[in-house]
Amino acid sequence: MISNKSLYILTFSMMILGIFIAFMRYEQTHIPFLASEKKDVWMLEARVDFQAQENTPVNVSLSLPSDTVDYKLYFEQSVSAGYGFSMMQKDGLKRGEWSVRQAKGKQTLYYKAQIVQDFSDQASLEEAKPHLEVKDDILWNEAESIAAKEILALAYAKSSDDISFTRELIKILSAKHTSKEGSILLAKRNYIDVLNKLLDDSGIVHKVSLALELEDGRRKQSLTPVIEVLSKNEWILFDPNNRLQEENKNFFLWTRGGKSLIEITGGTNATVHFSMIKQNMPALELAKTHVDDSGFSLFSVHRLPIEEQSLFKLLLLLPIGALITVFMRLIIGVKTSGTFMPVLIAMAFLQTSLFLGMLNFVVLVGIGLILRSYLSSLNLLLVARIATIIVIVIFMVAFMTLIGYELGFNTGMSVAFFPIIILAWTIERMSILWEEEGPQEVLIQGSGSLFVAALAYLAMVNGYVAHLFFNFPELHLIVIALMILMGRYTGYRLLELRRFREFKSI
Amino acid sequence: MRGFITPFSLKKSGILGMNSRNIEFISRYNDRKLYPLVDNKLQTKLLAQEHGINTPELLFVVRYQHDVYKLKEKLQNISSFAIKPACGSGGKGILVIRAKEGDNFVKASGAVIKLEDITRHVTNILAGLHSLSGDQDVAIVETLIEADSLFDEYSYQGVPDIRIIVFQGYPVMAMLRLSTKESDGKANLHQGAVGVGIDIKTGKAIHAVMQGEKILTHPDTKHTLDAIVIENWEELLLLASSCYEMSNLGYLGVDIVLDKNKGAMVLELNARPGLSIQVANSKGLLPRLREIEKISKKRKNFRERVDFVRNEALFSR
Repeated sequence: MISNKSLYILTFSMMILGIFIAFMRYEQTHIPFLASEKKDVWMLEARVDFQAQENTPVNVSLSLPSDTVDYKLYFEQSVSAGYGFSMMQKDGLKRGEWSVRQAKGKQTLYYKAQIVQDFSDQASLEEAKPHLEVKDDILWNEAESIAAKEILALAYAKSSDDISFTRELIKILSAKHTSKEGSILLAKRNYIDVLNKLLDDSGIVHKVSLALELEDGRRKQSLTPVIEVLSKNEWILFDPNNRLQEENKNFFLWTRGGKSLIEITGGTNATVHFSMIKQNMPALELAKTHVDDSGFSLFSVHRLPIEEQSLFKLLLLLPIGALITVFMRLIIGVKTSGTFMPVLIAMAFLQTSLFLGMLNFVVLVGIGLILRSYLSSLNLLLVARIATIIVIVIFMVAFMTLIGYELGFNTGMSVAFFPIIILAWTIERMSILWEEEGPQEVLIQGSGSLFVAALAYLAMVNGYVAHLFFNFPELHLIVIALMILMGRYTGYRLLELRRFREFKSI
Repeated sequence: MRGFITPFSLKKSGILGMNSRNIEFISRYNDRKLYPLVDNKLQTKLLAQEHGINTPELLFVVRYQHDVYKLKEKLQNISSFAIKPACGSGGKGILVIRAKEGDNFVKASGAVIKLEDITRHVTNILAGLHSLSGDQDVAIVETLIEADSLFDEYSYQGVPDIRIIVFQGYPVMAMLRLSTKESDGKANLHQGAVGVGIDIKTGKAIHAVMQGEKILTHPDTKHTLDAIVIENWEELLLLASSCYEMSNLGYLGVDIVLDKNKGAMVLELNARPGLSIQVANSKGLLPRLREIEKISKKRKNFRERVDFVRNEALFSR
């Protein structure tokens, strides 16, 4: 027999290992330890519509978003029948390209993305290039040049740095009753272009980007041009239409640095519309889709198809039920009929619900016992008798389902989840127990089983427990360690303190 | 809390708990490969015969289902007998027939059953209904023990048996089990039989319990229990002690019956004897077991072991 000391070392190291791996997994995958942590998730959809020209290959290039400071891209996908799709980096910008040899008539392409608000991570800020790319697509005429200088001087006087300067500039230009200088500049030109040109002139490092204003349930939206100004290695976003720069709008930068949103060859009348929904998903759902290449995700249950996952969800709960059964039998000393029958009953409860499950169980076993007492007079061999009971149990389940259906309850349906073979054996064992030890023992063992099953059920149905043991399977090492420790517990069981209560007088 | 005892005072009383029994005694001193010897009553019986240990006489064995139909013929000349599953546990599946009434049989309880009921019972045994593992089993039929007249006043129907715990060959504690009306003639304490603690040195009754409560008289016969003295106590101790050499099990329960004519006989051996013997004796097993553990290194024969127990102060009532 292994000594107690090495047993403790073994179990202790198992626990440490379990906790360590779980923590490492947390570090790698960011699956939260508690299931209730929820984050905002936006499902974005860009829809490109265009008219294809006949007999020409079509190539559509759409600017696609990347991770930003506030949002992380967790999932993206393109839905477009017949088109080849690829994503590529061009001049540091992500673009998606659809191509097809031939297309006819109206075409629709979809791009879907899931983004998540994420403040925790330090943004993978792309190396901010502190230089200004001056584009000279706007040339001031004489009057405009003077007006521009005036405005810049005014803004300069009222500001202390690049940020406040930009804010002042926007304030001056977007004022309702704009100044004389402002109206000269805006007379023939686009507001954003003017703003851009003015910032160029003042030498402030900035860029014009296209952003999507996030608002739940919006459809047919288009992108809003915004100004980003570099300050202390950080791009500060300005909404040019918001005079006072109140921080209330929720922008997601779609395409940065003034590149075109869409380029198309072989098609005309291209439009891009955006729609979005906000969801409040548990953070876990996010981590699920976030499959990276770390060793942990390779050995994660999440790699499996959804169907298999739900099976595993149940399987990984079993050890908890087993642990409770071990505890109740070894430490408390509850008598159960069949060592692990309580776990199986608890698994059935998971499908039914506690109260209905118990009711069904008691009714099934009760009727089964009555019918079994008739069977015993038929003088059957054991195997045949058990088989008969199985069929009877199935009939009873079917009958209860029917009654439940007629009465408008779903209760009967759920009975089918009970392990029928287990039920049949339970009935047989209980019936023997009844004959040999009397109804009292049947009651003790039956209620003991139900009690342990209810406890196991309550533990297994607990969201936290299910979440922890499904996402951190290594925690089962702790479960095993606890089972081993309890297996070597030589102290008294709780109910023995009652059984031997007479010794109090000694 | 009322109705409970603290673990500390239980420890002080030296009570052996279930977990401790399983880990520190059964799994440490009982080699698993020896279990079939005691779990199978047929094997135990054959082994006992080999070692010259007295057991109830084996009449015949029913091994196969087709033998069941020969039962009528085989039982023709036998009026009282007991049918047991070879691998039954806790007295399960034992059918005791004490007399015949024409073609019918009279059970120990007085109920009259037919041959068909007996064949069904045997069929159940063969199918493994009463066996520990649910495997196929054999039924053994042995002569019925005629209880020693000593117990006439103390037993309701069934035959009283004496359970002696033998640890490493040393008999450490004993109790007499008396069947009652409530226990339906069975001698299991949890079924309502009376447990009478027997002084391991003298064979005198110490204390008696029924359903966990102390009692002074037998509930059915109303005779005072503390008057019981078992004659030839040393013979019983020697018999129990010698079962250690026979079975090699370090922690053993020996069930002995006293037959009117044939004297003490080993009924069966138990590799997992229960704990209620402590309640019947109102005494914990642990101090005695620990004492034996200290001295058991020296090999002694069964006579020396019995002498040791009879002279050691720790084993006093």
